[in-house]
Amino acid sequence: MPLIDYANPHRFQRLAARLIPLLGVVSGTLIVLGLATGWVAPADYQQGEMVKVMYIHVPFAWLSLGGYTVMAISALGTLVWRHPLADVSGKAAAQVGAVFCFLCLVTGALWGRPTWGTYWDWDPRLTSVLVLFLLYLGVLALWRAFDDPLRAGRAAAILALVGFINVPIVKFSVDWWNSIHQGASVSKLGAPTIDPSMLYPLLFSALGFFVLFLVLHMALMRNELLRRRARTLRILRAAEAEQ
Amino acid sequence: MNLGAHAFFILAAYGIAAVTLAALMIWIALDYRVQQRRVRELEERVRKR
Amino acid sequence: MNTFTGALSAVVLRDLRVALRAGGGAGIGVIFFLSLVVIVPFAVGPDMPLLKRIGPAMLWIGALLATLLGLDRIFAADHEDGSLDQLLLSSVPLELIAAAKGFSHWLASGLPLVIVTPLLGLMLGVEPHALATVALTLLVGTPGVTFLGLAAAGLSAALPRGGLLGAVLVLPLAIPLLIFGVVTTNAAIIGEGLGSPFRFLCAISLFFLVLGPVAAAAALRHVRE
Repeated sequence: MPLIDYANPHRFQRLAARLIPLLGVVSGTLIVLGLATGWVAPADYQQGEMVKVMYIHVPFAWLSLGGYTVMAISALGTLVWRHPLADVSGKAAAQVGAVFCFLCLVTGALWGRPTWGTYWDWDPRLTSVLVLFLLYLGVLALWRAFDDPLRAGRAAAILALVGFINVPIVKFSVDWWNSIHQGASVSKLGAPTIDPSMLYPLLFSALGFFVLFLVLHMALMRNELLRRRARTLRILRAAEAEQ
Repeated sequence: MNLGAHAFFILAAYGIAAVTLAALMIWIALDYRVQQRRVRELEERVRKR
Repeated sequence: MNTFTGALSAVVLRDLRVALRAGGGAGIGVIFFLSLVVIVPFAVGPDMPLLKRIGPAMLWIGALLATLLGLDRIFAADHEDGSLDQLLLSSVPLELIAAAKGFSHWLASGLPLVIVTPLLGLMLGVEPHALATVALTLLVGTPGVTFLGLAAAGLSAALPRGGLLGAVLVLPLAIPLLIFGVVTTNAAIIGEGLGSPFRFLCAISLFFLVLGPVAAAAALRHVRE
């Protein structure tokens, strides 16, 4: 079914009502499965038990980037293809993506304290995620700055695209910056080879959190559509009351 | 299960993640109820005309 | 094209005249830059070796902030008095008009910063032979920051309380310019010439010279109503 069929908010609400509980259960199952199998795997010989944090930290990192990508695609939908639900999708992606980005930073810091001795280190990966978090905050701030959700949506879409285009530039310059100041730039959180006993749990966990992203994204879209309907009705009432 | 010397950090990471995501889900659910009720009330008033 | 250049120079000249008038904002950026540089030693101590190490960084941060704080001015005045609507109707592409406004904003606010940089650099202990380089990096970098800020200014043009929003939006995106600007200067201080960091600085700045007006025009078209 072409995407345009879901341009109708009512249709979307009905779809969401069915999918959200279903995917919620799927997500929960996958996450529990992934984490449980991850926890029983033998401890990593280098990092000890701390590697258990990887099972949530890495999915959070992937979803931070994925969320920004969904936001950028939604931005194209808003500005280029004029899909009616695109800006709603963009706002939802910004909100969920920002939360996962925040969690990526927090879990990264807690992973870092025992591993490197400090809660924060200007490691290129964590630094890039921090800059990504700032970009998320900028988009969210822009959403809040406008009263009219449609104008806000177009502004946020432009900013999302500008940010998305810049992500490779920022990543490149952060890596360069880090290598200059620390000599050999082996990313401290890099795990180039993962033992299969850890890889599969990680993939299950990542898949589970990805489905969770979809659930939260749809739920937020549903709420935003209701919010806009309420706003429209209120404006209509005020207009009629004046006649 | 012995989580080793760094048990605090492992549990803190999982704990903060769980609490944050739970809070987000609760807020979404509550907001859903609030918005649904508002829309219903406004639609009734429009219909009463 | 002839009519374009005529119209564009009119835009640039008008904006310059407004900016250079009292209260137009041309000089305040320089004073802010100077103030920032002055308060740095109060924060870190009159420790010249330390100031030498952070000198280029503080110059860049100061210039960056001084540029960003004048951003919302670029389109706000024209939006308020309606001349922005006139510009939208003109046959000159909005992207070029936005670029012209960015250029005049840079001439009034950014170029003065570049000119005073050698003097402020001396105060922060930057090696004399590197003063020219740090000014050069700012000469190349501040247009990039300004034009990047064009996009933010376009997005917040219609907002009554723009405030720090523009600066908040631009700062993360300006990080690459900051990194390569300071790295180039530090290389010059230890005697190396202008190498790849400088080339990256130029490339990124040029990229923003294009991206900024395009995004600003899109914002002015779609966001103002």
